[in-house]
Amino acid sequence: MPEPLIVASQLVKRFGDFTAVGPIDVEVQPGEVFGFLGPNGAGKSSTMRMIACVSPITSGSLRLFGLDPATHGPQIRARIGVVPQLDTLDTELSVQENLWLYGRFFDLPRAEAKRRATELLEFAQLTDRADSVVDNLSGGMKRRLSIARSLINRPELLLLDEPTTGLDPQARHVLWDRLYRLKQEGVTQVLTTHYMDEAEQLCDRLVVMDQGLIVAEGSPRSLIDQYATREVLELRFPAGTNEAAAPQVEGIGERQELLPDRILVYAHDGEAALAATHARGLEPESALVRRSSLEDVFLLLTGRTLVD
Amino acid sequence: MSTIFLRIVPTSFLGTSFRVRRPHRMIERHLVAYRRQWLIVVSGFFEPLFYLLSMRAGLGDLVGTVSVAGTQVPYDAFVAPALMASSAMNGAIFDSTGNVLHRLKYARIYDAALATPMSPADVAVGEIGWALMRGQLYAISFLGVMAAFGLVQSWWALLALPACALIGLTFASIGFAATTYMRGWTDMEIVTTATMPLFLFSATFFPISSYGSWGWIVQLSPLYHGVALVRAANAGVWSASVLGHAAVLLALSAVALVVAARRIDTLLRK
Amino acid sequence: MVSWHFATYRRLWKVNLLSSLVQPMLFLLGLGVGVGSLVDSNTGSSDVLGGSSYVAFVVPGLLVTTAMALAAGESMWPVLGGLRWNRGYHGIAATPLDAGDIVLGHATWMALRCGIATGSVALVLACFGETRSWGLAPSVLVSMLVGVAFAMPIMALSVSAEMDGRFPAIQRFVIIPLFLFGGAFYPLSQLPLVVQWVAKVAPLWHGVVVARGFTNGNVDWVGVAGHLAYVALWAVVGTVVATRRLSGKLYT
Repeated sequence: MPEPLIVASQLVKRFGDFTAVGPIDVEVQPGEVFGFLGPNGAGKSSTMRMIACVSPITSGSLRLFGLDPATHGPQIRARIGVVPQLDTLDTELSVQENLWLYGRFFDLPRAEAKRRATELLEFAQLTDRADSVVDNLSGGMKRRLSIARSLINRPELLLLDEPTTGLDPQARHVLWDRLYRLKQEGVTQVLTTHYMDEAEQLCDRLVVMDQGLIVAEGSPRSLIDQYATREVLELRFPAGTNEAAAPQVEGIGERQELLPDRILVYAHDGEAALAATHARGLEPESALVRRSSLEDVFLLLTGRTLVD
Repeated sequence: MSTIFLRIVPTSFLGTSFRVRRPHRMIERHLVAYRRQWLIVVSGFFEPLFYLLSMRAGLGDLVGTVSVAGTQVPYDAFVAPALMASSAMNGAIFDSTGNVLHRLKYARIYDAALATPMSPADVAVGEIGWALMRGQLYAISFLGVMAAFGLVQSWWALLALPACALIGLTFASIGFAATTYMRGWTDMEIVTTATMPLFLFSATFFPISSYGSWGWIVQLSPLYHGVALVRAANAGVWSASVLGHAAVLLALSAVALVVAARRIDTLLRK
Repeated sequence: MVSWHFATYRRLWKVNLLSSLVQPMLFLLGLGVGVGSLVDSNTGSSDVLGGSSYVAFVVPGLLVTTAMALAAGESMWPVLGGLRWNRGYHGIAATPLDAGDIVLGHATWMALRCGIATGSVALVLACFGETRSWGLAPSVLVSMLVGVAFAMPIMALSVSAEMDGRFPAIQRFVIIPLFLFGGAFYPLSQLPLVVQWVAKVAPLWHGVVVARGFTNGNVDWVGVAGHLAYVALWAVVGTVVATRRLSGKLYT
């Protein structure tokens, strides 16, 4: 087993009286894609900022590459790449200048910074926009440029805070593809997301965070196996009658959740559960059988949906 | 320069992350960014020039001569060094307030820089250094104009350049420190409202003797000390009071720099 | 439209009043009183100033330049912002109001703002014997007109501006030179003839001359009519161009 890249133990972040994170324990191995999953305000971004060495920890301990952020911040930051939640691209610079000038912040020689910038433009599919002003880029392009910029120092560890929030589906897929390539190149990635599909697509291993604490940990598949059933039956009754119908489907699945607009029935066999529903003489407006997802894991763990 | 600075000044009171290693990277970024906006940079030179022309051509006849240290000098020769000092102040203030506020709160450029080995102190020192460089550019060209108009009295006037650098350092540090307390753009009005009395009442347009017994108020203005330095350099008349004026500016710069470094640290690393 | 402006203004009025009252008062103290002591002690200046003290000479110039600076500033970034950043104008354009209403609304609003700003300066000036004059009241009206005469052409520029890059240039190469060379601080006759002609193209000098006539009691009504008509011409042409350009922007 190689040395873990990140070791956090009993890590806590407090702002005044408010505890944003922790205590949490996290270990991330080299080459791994690790995810923090949870709703807004769960403490993911605060955790990321501590890992990025731009936010001092309140208590506990944190080591990256075996180094302490409090004393070796610049040395650690020299080896990581950060994609923040909101793009912090430099709007007074062109696409190309955004890349190579950022490289200069890492003390790259100018020629080397420019050479890498050209490579990364290719990687981010922005070569033909090299001289554009950042303001004129689409949301997806800006995000790709942010990722390209974070790679200028050839980081061993890449931190991505909500990498695809606000992007259209096509732009998300392009981005996932780029992240997958990086994984194949052996770049360790830590990302936060509140999208289940993203976590399932990208992460080898993830933790579910809620109110600053880790409530579950494992691979996406193992979490689904552990905390949900294989399939889910979604029943929609006419508006306002879902609540009344809930007791009548009791017992059909292993468990059920009542949401404002529908009832989720967790069952090993969704079709059988639907048949059982009909057998009870219930006529839902619509019914859908699907595989259970991390969304269900989160719902079962916390009793709340991820996207409020 | 930065390493010398670290050796002679104990920095523990500046916060744990006070490391000045790469302020020049911030300046490099500005040099590239301003290549596209060189017109704005150049236009900054014209404001003091317009003031000088207006005072020379328009008010000069009306005022006649002004008595400085016992000798009568024409009004434009009286005003020119003060305009030079004021433009050093204005340039430094506007570079270190409006532009910094934009980069800090809206463009979030500093957040991006902090994800690299750059430290908050690199950002602060880089920004103040940039404001100084830009101020020197204006000071040099203004001195050239003064020489062309025959308003420079001796080679001593070259010392007006370091004097302007000191004024720039003082006001860039104060401006940067003040910006870290700003909530938004409306607070910029306060900056304008605060610099205007300094501009008007630092013995810029009329000598301190005009204030009679109220002269001590003028001495509270940091710009007054800057104006006094530039005037002394331009006239080539030196006295011990020059040291006093320089000391005031140095002390103010030091205090403002400490505040700026501490504040930017808490703002960027929460 | 004006009430829309007023609603936003109510939140900021303290800061605004501070700068629009304090700044001209400071200039009056610094240049009027301070430089005035130098000017008045210089025998021979009195003839150039038409017999008045320097402070009395500067007061009307200060009122009119205050209006110019205020109207110019408020017609740059706020207008571009209404069109591009917060898109308030687009929201309004979706209502029965059209481009003409927005432009006239802005004109009325600028007149009001200039009236409030120069009116409060005039009130303060009326408290001192040196500067007290019945001419202050019509000078405020003249300032309002000059404000609109600057606001409208600049609005026309702002409406068609893509970015705010041109604004600092307008400030530095139009507004500040007019402030310094527009006849507010010394008679235009002090300047070379070419500069005089350039200064007379802009509406500022015409407003200053009229206001000065009122405050020192030498009113030449024919001259007043001529000057004001010229100032009004700027306002009208600016309004027409701004309306055309704005409707081109909003309804495409």
